[in-house]
Amino acid sequence: MRFSSNRAKAWLVLLPCVVVVGYFIWGFAAYTAYLSVTKSTFLPDHEFIGADNYRTLFSQHRWWVAYSNLFIFGGLYLAGCLSLGIGLAVLLDRLTQGEALFRTIYLYPMSLSLVVTGLAWQWILNPTTGIQRLVRNAGYPDFSFNWLVSPDYAIVTVAFAAVWHGTGLIMILFLAGIKSVDADIWQAARIDRIPVWRVYANIILPQLRATLLTAVMLLGFQVVRSFDVVVALTDGGPGYASDVPARYVFEFFFQRGRIGQGAAAAVVMVATMIAIVLPYLVFEVRRREA
Amino acid sequence: MRRRRRGSALLYGALFAAGLYFLTPLYVMLVASFKSLQEVRTSSIISLPEVWTIEPWIKAWSSACSGLECDGIRPYFIATFEIAVPAVLLAVLLGALNGYVMAKWRSRSADVIFLLLLIGSFVPLQLYLIPLAVTLRELNAYGTTAGLVLIHTVYGIPLTTMLFRNFYVALPDELVRAAIMDGAGFFRIFFQVILPLSPAIIIVSVILVFSGIYNDFLFALTFGETGKRPIMAAVQNLVASSYGVKEHNVNIAAVMISALPTLLLFLIAGRFFVRGLTQGALKG
Repeated sequence: MRFSSNRAKAWLVLLPCVVVVGYFIWGFAAYTAYLSVTKSTFLPDHEFIGADNYRTLFSQHRWWVAYSNLFIFGGLYLAGCLSLGIGLAVLLDRLTQGEALFRTIYLYPMSLSLVVTGLAWQWILNPTTGIQRLVRNAGYPDFSFNWLVSPDYAIVTVAFAAVWHGTGLIMILFLAGIKSVDADIWQAARIDRIPVWRVYANIILPQLRATLLTAVMLLGFQVVRSFDVVVALTDGGPGYASDVPARYVFEFFFQRGRIGQGAAAAVVMVATMIAIVLPYLVFEVRRREA
Repeated sequence: MRRRRRGSALLYGALFAAGLYFLTPLYVMLVASFKSLQEVRTSSIISLPEVWTIEPWIKAWSSACSGLECDGIRPYFIATFEIAVPAVLLAVLLGALNGYVMAKWRSRSADVIFLLLLIGSFVPLQLYLIPLAVTLRELNAYGTTAGLVLIHTVYGIPLTTMLFRNFYVALPDELVRAAIMDGAGFFRIFFQVILPLSPAIIIVSVILVFSGIYNDFLFALTFGETGKRPIMAAVQNLVASSYGVKEHNVNIAAVMISALPTLLLFLIAGRFFVRGLTQGALKG
């Protein structure tokens, strides 16, 4: 009797959570998926138009630019965060003194918002205020560094700023992983005269597959969500050269009044994420079970 | 021996070089925010100020203009706390209760809800924008503080639930069983047995959720009230839309001020930050 009344209370307590999951998360996601096959413009509209929004989307040059930027940005971001993060973790593991200080220096960007990140780098990278100006003022009037405003390289500067923000977390994950590896390895390695770098490359890091999986997943989700840093740094410009799907969706929802097409773009975002993450996840889980 | 010393010189060299990359933006923002406008315009923003002045910080705080409003970023700063404080309290309290039920009153359906919550927390927020707009309009809460409190509570719950559930799973079930034997009910067990064991995870959750809300840009931009937008949307707007001569020094000071709360939180309580992020990460 007492037990069942406790059960009832447990359900009562979970009620807000059920509403969040059922309505605000899955219900909303389903509603947006539904809007992507309707004619919605400034307001949700229930006229069914099949895959028209998707067809329009993929016939648009500016969508292709945004969509391929997702992969360029994602590739650079993952490569940058992982190589720098793992490298710094190894270096910090070698350190006998000052680890706390360096760790704080590498980690603090993580506490800042991506808006602050984007704005800060924008002043440094902007030719009229930052590095180019500094070097020109120093007596090299022909010096040029204008990636921020160049159609080909603007997306690279976005990745550069995002790596600055994201590396610390990867470093701290791998540092914890490296430290959890059995210390006897060093004893054994010294006896066998294995060089230090080989101990890391061939023995320690290969044991951290689970950490790598976590890191790749975290970074991957960041990539798909990336909106703030793009808006703050380039606002998708010049033109729409550094646009990304998350920003494209926002613009079509609220500035262009093309809700149906924005919803289609949002669905493609999620589908892309699943298509990349799921095989990797399944592969890793299978491997672990085998 | 000599080889070892050379090795450690290389090690410190590499660490310092990386340190430069991470510290440059902070250095640039600090020096530029203490320069006069004239100096910012004649030299670059990167060099040290010839004359240090606190003027840009004062102007950024209380009288910088974005659009027609000339009250600095103070009103937006305050508005952000008006949203963040209630949302953090609600999300943490509800997350603790959820975690308690999911860890200590386990049932098949509670497990399913947790799984759906976990998967759902990876959905890009863009998918929620239009349904949120519709819902807020129905509730007459579009562009209000209450609306943003609701949004941040709702989307803070997955994170807090995960943190508390994983923390409570590690507590021995005997605690709850013994309390039931003593005749304690559902809520008494939570408030008198479980909650007193939770200060560490509460601190971690508060820090993470607060930083998330404070640093939020997407919801702030979409659902913020004009003239009372949360800080990140306000600061971005200030920088992007200043008319006439761009006062870089004032804008940079505004960005610095907006960065301070979470930066200080990190410097004071970095331990908890790291713990929350790595724990939150391990769930993925």
